[in-house]
Amino acid sequence: MQSVQWPNRDPGHALRRGPFQCSAYTGAAMPYLDHAATTPMLPEAIAAMTAHLGVTGNASSLHAAGRRARRVVEESRESLAAALGARPSEIVLTGGGTESDNLAVKGLYWARRDADPARTRVLCSPVEHHAVLDAVHWLAEHEGAQVEYLPVDGHGRVHPEALREAIEREPGSVALVTVMWANNEIGTLLPIAELAAVAKEFGIPMHADAVQALGQVPIDFAASGLDALTVTGHKVGGPYGVGALLLGRGQTPVPLLHGGGQERDVRSGTLDVPAAAGFATAVRLAVERQAEHAVAVAGLRDDLVARVRAAVPAAVLNGDPDPAGRLPANAHFSFPGCEGDALLMLLDAAGIEASTGSACSAGVPQPSHVLLAIGADPLLARSSLRFSLGHTSTKADVDVLAEAIGPVVQRAERAGQR
Amino acid sequence: MTDFPGAPSGPSTSPRLRVLAAMSGGVDSAVAAARAVEAGHEVTGVHLALAANPQSFRTGARGCCTLEDSRDARRAADVIGIPFYVWDLAERFREDVIDDFVAEYAAGRTPNPCLRCNEKIKFAALLDRALALGFDAVCTGHYARIVELPGGGRELHRAVDAAKDQSYVLGVLDAQQLAHSLFPLGDTTKEQIRAEAERRDLAVAKKPDSHDICFIADGDTQGFLAERLGRAPGDILDADGTKLGEHDGAYGFTIGQRKGLRIGHPAPDGKPRYVLDISPVDNTVTVGPAAGLDVLGLTAIRPRWCGPAPVGAGRYTAQLRAHGEEVPVTAELAGGQLRVALDTPARGIAPGQAVVLYDGTRVVGSATIAETERRAVAEI
Repeated sequence: MQSVQWPNRDPGHALRRGPFQCSAYTGAAMPYLDHAATTPMLPEAIAAMTAHLGVTGNASSLHAAGRRARRVVEESRESLAAALGARPSEIVLTGGGTESDNLAVKGLYWARRDADPARTRVLCSPVEHHAVLDAVHWLAEHEGAQVEYLPVDGHGRVHPEALREAIEREPGSVALVTVMWANNEIGTLLPIAELAAVAKEFGIPMHADAVQALGQVPIDFAASGLDALTVTGHKVGGPYGVGALLLGRGQTPVPLLHGGGQERDVRSGTLDVPAAAGFATAVRLAVERQAEHAVAVAGLRDDLVARVRAAVPAAVLNGDPDPAGRLPANAHFSFPGCEGDALLMLLDAAGIEASTGSACSAGVPQPSHVLLAIGADPLLARSSLRFSLGHTSTKADVDVLAEAIGPVVQRAERAGQR
Repeated sequence: MTDFPGAPSGPSTSPRLRVLAAMSGGVDSAVAAARAVEAGHEVTGVHLALAANPQSFRTGARGCCTLEDSRDARRAADVIGIPFYVWDLAERFREDVIDDFVAEYAAGRTPNPCLRCNEKIKFAALLDRALALGFDAVCTGHYARIVELPGGGRELHRAVDAAKDQSYVLGVLDAQQLAHSLFPLGDTTKEQIRAEAERRDLAVAKKPDSHDICFIADGDTQGFLAERLGRAPGDILDADGTKLGEHDGAYGFTIGQRKGLRIGHPAPDGKPRYVLDISPVDNTVTVGPAAGLDVLGLTAIRPRWCGPAPVGAGRYTAQLRAHGEEVPVTAELAGGQLRVALDTPARGIAPGQAVVLYDGTRVVGSATIAETERRAVAEI
């Protein structure tokens, strides 16, 4: 076979060239501090996935090859169920977090409204990921949904009383409640079990996006009292493009994808056998290692927070300052007077990869809706940077950041805010 | 690294700079960035998001700053092998370029937004930010040449490709801005740049040139202005004040304009009539014969010099509009204003446009035309 010559095949080529490379860092650790965006795949997950890439078999086929493929999928499903406190039948495999969120929000809305046209209210936190937020907006614009944003406190937390109040205004008109387990930007943990208990009192289905929470805090679907829960593979050392919606057995959302009727007739499409295997392996390990990982990564995070604050006294830590109230791997700062994308570029040039944490359109950073929702000034909302740790993070990563952040912030301050 | 014909070759004597390459998503800025890399500089690509609500796709040759342009720029940066970012300068662009454009038309003048963008955005907002962030220079795909003087200092010259020369829209740059600018394309023709882009595997090699005004995607300047300034009906007059017709807004006209006057009956002499004057004060448009457009001299404000300001009266050639011809002039700076006397009358000169002075191919400076001196129509 002829090899294709791509220009610049070295994947680090474009990333590592930069105008401000600090000699202290070249050749040493290149800190990847953006695990909330995606995580390096675990070797075990790569092995599980690649083991099936060369094997033929459609899991829906009736012959031996089909049965072999189906067996891998079902074993993966059982593994996922065991790791997440669910029954195998409650695992609906999807193409990832965005699809799971859309299926839960739209599918449950349609199903509830079809059963009772009065149920058009969607109760939602204002700090949701765009996969939920934009789905809810779409329902409001095209499907007659009335979206109500639940009030949040200064850390982005929805309190159970606030949910109760919102439901009690007119319990019969609520289609569903959707509140994330942990915020992807500022790392705040939300009291999901308490919120789910309120929703359950009124018989209203509740969905939670647990994409960021999985692997960092214990997740038990049965104990949570939720009706639907989103998880995805690539945030926990698994492959991209595969996730699951955990769906209580009484819930039958209207499908987004119609076709062969796979996955309880809720999510049609040929099952991705290697991805399911890699996903299940990653989730199993993430859950097995969660307690130990949380302690280790929280230690690094606390060190990171302390040293960033020491280097930049003006830095503002966003989210819950109480370590028990936020994801152990998350540190999110505003640097007053700086533009988040300038900070990101300068760190990138020094080999440190972080994120402004907010959504991008064509690479243009928008002021974070999460920070705006918790009452931050729009300028401050554009001055933020998220550092998120993960299973490959080391003390050396924090050391490099701690050394670089002071000069980087000074330089970004000189460039000012637009 | 491969040497590309047409690219500067041989060991560079210039120091290695930290360069921010402005990449529009077009072929010129992509090749400019590639050449800056090849010259040994450390280059970072940046696409300026200038439209607040970018369209998804380009329509024809007009417009820029679509998401597709941003993707094209990103892909070019990938191929060149440089880091790439998108900077949102939409707010500054709206304030400094679009609002100014509308205000100038409302005041009866004819602005050049490209010049304004270079002065306020590319070589101000962008350059300032780049310098503060630690870059040494901004690199663009403009067709113009910078000549380094032996004793230090730099001169701005016309590009070798006269048809593509963009020194006119760079005439607003002062010495400080020039000191931090890189124009790697000035010694090459457009045709060669496209061929070079092809050889460099840049997908934008065949992308159509952008022209017209980038923020008016459909090319309908009148519609754009009408939307912002509203309908303002007034009279169209001839030189002696006789009413010939009506218009929907004086801002919709440009001096020298012939088409779209909507004057029902022909002139007494049967010759075509042109817009001679726009008066926002009484909202009138005055029309008359072509000879009424002959400009003998002009006064221009806000002069900017690419080097030291000239002292006393000097002989230059002047370009009085984009893609306009050069005319010989005598110019003198007096009381902060530039007085320009034309050797022979020239037409199609509107307040709001820039006069750019040249000494041979060298750009001396520029100023914004405030008033023109014309023969009274009665004398014609």
